[in-house]
Amino acid sequence: MDGMEEVVQEFLAESTEALDKMDNDLIALEAEPSNRGLIAGIFRTIHTIKGTCGFLGFAKLESVSHVGENLLGQLREGELDLDPDITTGLLAMVDAVRKMLSAVESTGQDGDQDYAELVETLTRLKEGSSKADPAGDAGGNAAPASAKTSDTATPALAENTVERQNAPSVAETSIRVDVDLLDKLMNLVGELLLARNQIQRYVSSHRDPVFVNATQRLNLITSELQLGVMKTRMQPISNIWNKFPRVVRDLSMKCGKQVRIEMNGKETELDKSLIEAMKDPLTHLLRNSVDHGIETPAERKEKGKPPEGCLSLHAYHESGQVIIEIADDGAGINIERVMKKAFEQDIITREQALQMSDREIAKLIFLPGFSTAQKVSNVSGRGVGMDVVKTNIEKINGQIDLDTDPEIGTRFRIQLPLTLAITPALIVRSGGEQFAIPQTALQELVSVDAKAAKTGIETIHGAPVFRLRGTLLPLVSLNQILQLNGDAAGSEETVNIVVLYAGRTQFGLVVDAVEDTQEIVVKPLSKIIKSAAEFAGATIMGDGAVSLILDVISLAQRARVISDKQGETLNGSRRASETTADTERRTYVVTRMPGGGRMAIPLDMVTRLEEFRTDSLEQAGDHLVVQYRGEVMPLINLADLLGERRGRPREESGVPEQAASDHLSAIVYNVEGHSVGLVVDSILDIVEDSFTVKGNITRRGVTGTIVIQGNVAEVLDADAVIGDIVSELGEQYLLSGTAG
Amino acid sequence: MSDKQQVCSFMVDRYLFGIASHRVQEVMRYKPMTHVPLSPPQVRGLINLRGQIVTAIDLRRCLDFGDHERGWDPMNVVVYSDDSLVSLLVDEVRDVLEVSSSQFEKPPGTLTGVAHKLILGAYKLDDGLLLMLDTDAVINLGQDKLIEPGGQLHNETG
Repeated sequence: MDGMEEVVQEFLAESTEALDKMDNDLIALEAEPSNRGLIAGIFRTIHTIKGTCGFLGFAKLESVSHVGENLLGQLREGELDLDPDITTGLLAMVDAVRKMLSAVESTGQDGDQDYAELVETLTRLKEGSSKADPAGDAGGNAAPASAKTSDTATPALAENTVERQNAPSVAETSIRVDVDLLDKLMNLVGELLLARNQIQRYVSSHRDPVFVNATQRLNLITSELQLGVMKTRMQPISNIWNKFPRVVRDLSMKCGKQVRIEMNGKETELDKSLIEAMKDPLTHLLRNSVDHGIETPAERKEKGKPPEGCLSLHAYHESGQVIIEIADDGAGINIERVMKKAFEQDIITREQALQMSDREIAKLIFLPGFSTAQKVSNVSGRGVGMDVVKTNIEKINGQIDLDTDPEIGTRFRIQLPLTLAITPALIVRSGGEQFAIPQTALQELVSVDAKAAKTGIETIHGAPVFRLRGTLLPLVSLNQILQLNGDAAGSEETVNIVVLYAGRTQFGLVVDAVEDTQEIVVKPLSKIIKSAAEFAGATIMGDGAVSLILDVISLAQRARVISDKQGETLNGSRRASETTADTERRTYVVTRMPGGGRMAIPLDMVTRLEEFRTDSLEQAGDHLVVQYRGEVMPLINLADLLGERRGRPREESGVPEQAASDHLSAIVYNVEGHSVGLVVDSILDIVEDSFTVKGNITRRGVTGTIVIQGNVAEVLDADAVIGDIVSELGEQYLLSGTAG
Repeated sequence: MSDKQQVCSFMVDRYLFGIASHRVQEVMRYKPMTHVPLSPPQVRGLINLRGQIVTAIDLRRCLDFGDHERGWDPMNVVVYSDDSLVSLLVDEVRDVLEVSSSQFEKPPGTLTGVAHKLILGAYKLDDGLLLMLDTDAVINLGQDKLIEPGGQLHNETG
C-alpha cells in the first residue's frame, strides 16, 4: 500500500512541525492567556491531527488528541481560563502525541504506551471549572464530549477551509528533499572545487584565449554552484531555537526561578549539519544559565534586579561566519571558585593564577572534568558539560569564548564557519614539503629579514623567542618538529613566522616559505596515521599533490610550547573532536548483554557510569530504585527495555540478571532533568574511535552494528531508548515535577 | 568439496604473496606519494587516487626485507580497509590465480616474528608457495608501536 505509506509520511512530517509550533504557541499563550488567535490556532492543529489519525486508524493517538481537543474547546469557548496546570497538561499531551508519532514512524502503529493517566488528567482539567457532566471515566466522558465538540467542530472546520483558501500555500513554493541527497551534492561540489583548482593551476601557464575564457566561465559557475548548494542546506537557526522557550520554561519552573527568553536573529541561517551539531551545546549553555547563572527571584530582589531573569539569544552573520551569543543577566561566573577548583585539580599553579586575567580563569571551565557547581544538581554540574560543549563546537571548526561579570552576567560567544568540510587555510612550504594551516588558528604572519632576525630573535634557556610588539613569542621550527629536511631556523635569509593560537597560548611557527591562502577540502586521515596527532587531515592541492593539514595544538604540545598537562587537556578535547565531514570520532561504552552479545552505547548523552551494591537497591512502585546523589533514581534494565520493544509481555522491569554478583553496573542518563540508570550486564570497555555504523538494524532500539576490537557490537539507539525510558517512567515524573 | 578462491598475487622480495581478490579494488603502477612526517616507517605516504586520499604501506618494510636500491618504483595494490583505502606497495604485481582450499596449509610453526603475524597460510602451487597475506594485520601493524624484529621466512615446500 505505497500510497498509504506516503500519506502517513506526510502526516508525520507535517504533524511534527505543527507540534513544535504548538509548543511555542502554548508558551506564548501562557504570557497572553486571552489571545483568541493563539487558542484558535492550537485548537485547529490538534483538531487536524485528531481527524487524520482517526482516518489512518491510530486509535490511541486519536483518543489522546480528542481529549486534548475537548480541553482546548473549553478554553476557546471561554468556559475555562488558562492556568499553569492546564498549560502543563497540554504540553504533556504534545509530548505524548510526539511519542506516538515517533512510534508510528518506526513501527507503523502508535505504540503500546498506555496514556490513561494523561487522558484522565486532561479530562479532569477540562472539568475544572465547567458546569458540564460529572467527571466519569474517560470513556463515559467521550460520548457527551464528542457531541459537544462536533458542534464546535463544524464552525472550526469552516474556519479551517476558509483559512486554507486564503493563505498562499507554502507547500507549493517549497519542496522536501532528502538530507542524504543534499550531503551528496555537497560532496560533489567539494570535488568540483578541487578539479577547478587543478585547472586553475594549469591555466596560469597557458595563453590560449579560448581556453582561458572557458576556464573563467568554469570558475564563475563553480563558485555560484557552491553558493547555491550551500544555500539549499541552510536552515534558519529558529529550527533549534523554537524548542528553547519550552526548555527554559520547564527548567525555570524546576529550579524555582523566573526566566524569560529573548531571541534575536532567528532567521539567521546555518548549514543543516551545523544546526544539528549546535543543538546540544546550546541547550547545555541554556541549562547552565538558568541553573547556575540566574539567581532566584529573592536573590535578585536583594541585588536590586528585577525578579525575572533574562536569557538573551542573538545570532547574526559577520565576515563569513555565523555568530551566536547567549547572555544572561545573572550572577556571572564565580572566579574564586573556578580558581580554587583549578588548584585542586592541579591544572594551574598559584603563580600562573596570579598572572591570569579573570577572563582567562573563567575560561578554565572549558577543561574536561571541571565543575564548580556548589551542589551538583540533576540539571547540570556533573562536570561533563562545558568541555563537551567546547569539543562539539570545535568539531565543526567553530570557537567559543566567554565574558563574565558579577554585576552584569555571563555571555558566551560562539563563532561558526559557514561550511564544514571546505575551510580556508594558509599554505606553507617547509623542508621540501607543503602543508596547510587552518585559518581559524592563524593570528598573523611576520616576516623578519636576516638583519633584524639577529637582534629580534633571542634565546631564553636555549629556546628561541621573538619579541612581537612587546610580548615574547616562543618560536617553533616546523622543520625541526616534524624532522624534515631543512634548517631549523628556515633556510631563506628572511625568517618567516606564522603566529598561531594553541588554545590560549600564542606561538610562532617558523617555516621556509609562506604561500597563499586557499579554500581547501578537508579529507580525513586513515586511522593508521591518526597516531601522528600532528596532522588534522589532508587535502588535495590544485596540482593533484596531497598536502597534510597541521593540527596546531598537537604541534604546540610536541614543541613543549604548552605544557604536557595543558596539552593533554586541550589535546584530549581536540583529539576527540578530530573529524571531517565524513568520519566522526565517537566514544562508546561497550557492555555485555545477557544473551552474550555486545552493546555499544554512545557516550554522548551519558552523565556517569556507576556501580551499585545490590543491597542498596530498593523497590518503589514497580521499579527498582537506588538513592543516588540526593535523589531517588529509577533503574531500568536495558535488556528488558529492548525486549519490551519486541512486543514480549512486559516483565517486571528493573530486575537485573546478575542476581549472582553483589554489584550492578548502570549507565546514568540525565532525562528531562532527572537521573535514570540503565542497568547492563557488565561494562566491558570504553572505546573511542571513528566507527562506521553498518546499517543492519538487528532489532528496535539499535541503530546498527560496528566492529570494536574484533567483535561485533550493536549500537544502542540512545534517543529511542531514552524516549522509551521517559514513557516507561511516564507522566509521574513529568507532571509531578519532583523525583520520588 | 573444495572451495575455489580468486587470489591477486604479487612479489615482495623473493616471495609470492596473495590477497583474496574481493579485498582488492585495483592495482596500479607507481604513484608519487606525500610523505607523512613522524609516521611509522612502513607508512610510505599518501597517494591521490582520483580525489581520494589513500595511505600507502610498504610491504617490504612490514616484512623486514629492507628497501630496494634507489630507482626501483614499487607497484600499488589498493585494498579496502575499515574506514578508507590502503595501498600496499609491492615489488611486482602478478596474475590473478584460482586456488582451492585443498591446496591450503596453515603456516608452519617454524615461522617466527613479524612474518608469523602477517601470514595466514599458504597455497601449494605447482612451482612454489603462494603466501596469503593477512591484510588487516598488515594495516594495523603500525598501531602497535612495538614492531618486533623481523622473523625469518621459511620457504617450506611440500
